[in-house]
Amino acid sequence: MIDKSSKGLLSESSKEKIEGLICIFPDKQSIILPVLHVIYDQLGYLDSKAIKEAASITEIPDVYFEEAASFYTMFPLEPVGKYLIQVCHNISCTLMGAESLIDYIKEKLGIKPGGTTADGLFTLVTVECLGSCGTAPVMRINDTYYENLTKAKVDKILETLRNQA
Amino acid sequence: MSFEPFLLTPVPDHDKIDVYLKHGGYTALSKVLKERTPEEVTQEVINSGLRGRGGAGFPTGRKWSFIPKDTDRPIYLCVNADESEPGTFKDRELMLKHPHMLIEGAVITAYAIKCNRAFIYIRGEFATEAHQLERAIAEATEKGFVGKNILGSGFDLEITIYRGGGAYICGEETALMTSLEGGKGYPRLKPPFPAVSGLYLSPTIINNVETICNIPHIMNRGAEWFKSMGTEKSTGSKIFCVSGHVNKPGNYELPMGISLRELLYEYAGGIKNDRNLKVVIPGGSSVPILTADKVDVKMDFESLVEAGSMLGSAGVIVMDETTCIVHAAYVISRFYQHESCGQCSPCRQGTLWMYRILDRIEHGKGKMEDIDLLLDICNNIEGNTICPLGDASVPAVRSSIKYFRDEYEYHIKNKKCLVQLDQRFE
Repeated sequence: MIDKSSKGLLSESSKEKIEGLICIFPDKQSIILPVLHVIYDQLGYLDSKAIKEAASITEIPDVYFEEAASFYTMFPLEPVGKYLIQVCHNISCTLMGAESLIDYIKEKLGIKPGGTTADGLFTLVTVECLGSCGTAPVMRINDTYYENLTKAKVDKILETLRNQA
Repeated sequence: MSFEPFLLTPVPDHDKIDVYLKHGGYTALSKVLKERTPEEVTQEVINSGLRGRGGAGFPTGRKWSFIPKDTDRPIYLCVNADESEPGTFKDRELMLKHPHMLIEGAVITAYAIKCNRAFIYIRGEFATEAHQLERAIAEATEKGFVGKNILGSGFDLEITIYRGGGAYICGEETALMTSLEGGKGYPRLKPPFPAVSGLYLSPTIINNVETICNIPHIMNRGAEWFKSMGTEKSTGSKIFCVSGHVNKPGNYELPMGISLRELLYEYAGGIKNDRNLKVVIPGGSSVPILTADKVDVKMDFESLVEAGSMLGSAGVIVMDETTCIVHAAYVISRFYQHESCGQCSPCRQGTLWMYRILDRIEHGKGKMEDIDLLLDICNNIEGNTICPLGDASVPAVRSSIKYFRDEYEYHIKNKKCLVQLDQRFE
């Protein structure tokens, strides 16, 4: 059931995008992943209330969306900081110092992987291969890749983001 | 004769359609639509000897020829851009710098297999690359290379970008299709093969980005030209993704069959800090490691199998003498237990056990019998799963024990690494 008394989470633009997806594919069910991307792009995580709203627009049972949401690890299921720092710790990045990079960010921000800074700006997570092994070590913050990282680069990136916030 | 890369061509701004056109872009498509039947295109690709560049190395033209001739269902093309094999980063560069080569290749492929609907399944993290492709498709559509009645030929093709959600398994072709159909990316049993019953139970061809990028060149310059490069059974060029302890990591497009030594020392600048080479994983983390004495192996499908490994996706991961092999196996095993989709118990449980055992060895809590236990788990995963992910989790562990059992034993006895990875993040 949709709670009509409270305001929905999805923006008008997200709703429009979801409606626009409905007729694109030979089988409507194919829109599940694109819809999750729309929700993630707006909220930065997959909120189950937003999923219900999307399910009702698409007339696909929300359980299908929930199932996909639990499978695809790219989407956080809980709110995260404004900047989601995803540090690759797969083999090529590890060879190039990813473990020290993670330690450095942990110390700098005072959080462990999975944690968010008190000001709500940064969440740190470790991820598997980002497909950028030739420029290791690598991290991705929200949708942007940062490559060939050094301590000085990390300092500058985090400072710039902090100033933008 | 010096080799000139044609996939990773150094033309600046090659992602812009005007530049691409100026350098001969879309001429292959225009020639094909005017002068060749779909069957002739397929035959040319068969003659070229082109084999899939995603990892399996299946002959591309033969795959296309498996589409049933009498089907009354729509035929689909899926371009596999879910590049996620650790150590592999070539498709990303192709899509960012040469998106029109991929689009032109996809249109020719679709024409050859009589398909009017193509999907490019791109890994979710590649947001910039997905936008780049969308922009390029819009450019190509405007010029009449994509869409209805392409170049007045009567052939239609719609291309849709489909973004994944960060699951390695979706690079496996049947999982890619179940993901595209909506929901979890669970692999399916083969047969039926996708060419017979694939996406939406229709005949479907799935080809890797690099494979597709080769198509316009083969149509322009012919199968004989393509076969003049590489070896008898591994024709053409290959993009080798070199990462790890080399001076110049990056993508190198070179003829198949180049020696690993030449790749590492002539192109990738040699081992960093003049250290000694310890091991190389030549085809992404899913293939067995090669020890330094194999450095003269030729980089092609057959020679690497002979040397005890595989070409795979040509993700060449280089480790120098400061690398602890137990640590490397531990990091790799963590990846497979994270990415196992959970459908088959040998993979779901086996990858987790391997990771837990390697974790305890790595952290000084291993027992001597753990080494044989790891090998036993390898034997119980391999060949017992629906898709190749389970099999792919085995080689790094098994081959590292085969070549460096003494290092495992040292690790267990002394509760620490035999060698310590150099501090490289400064």
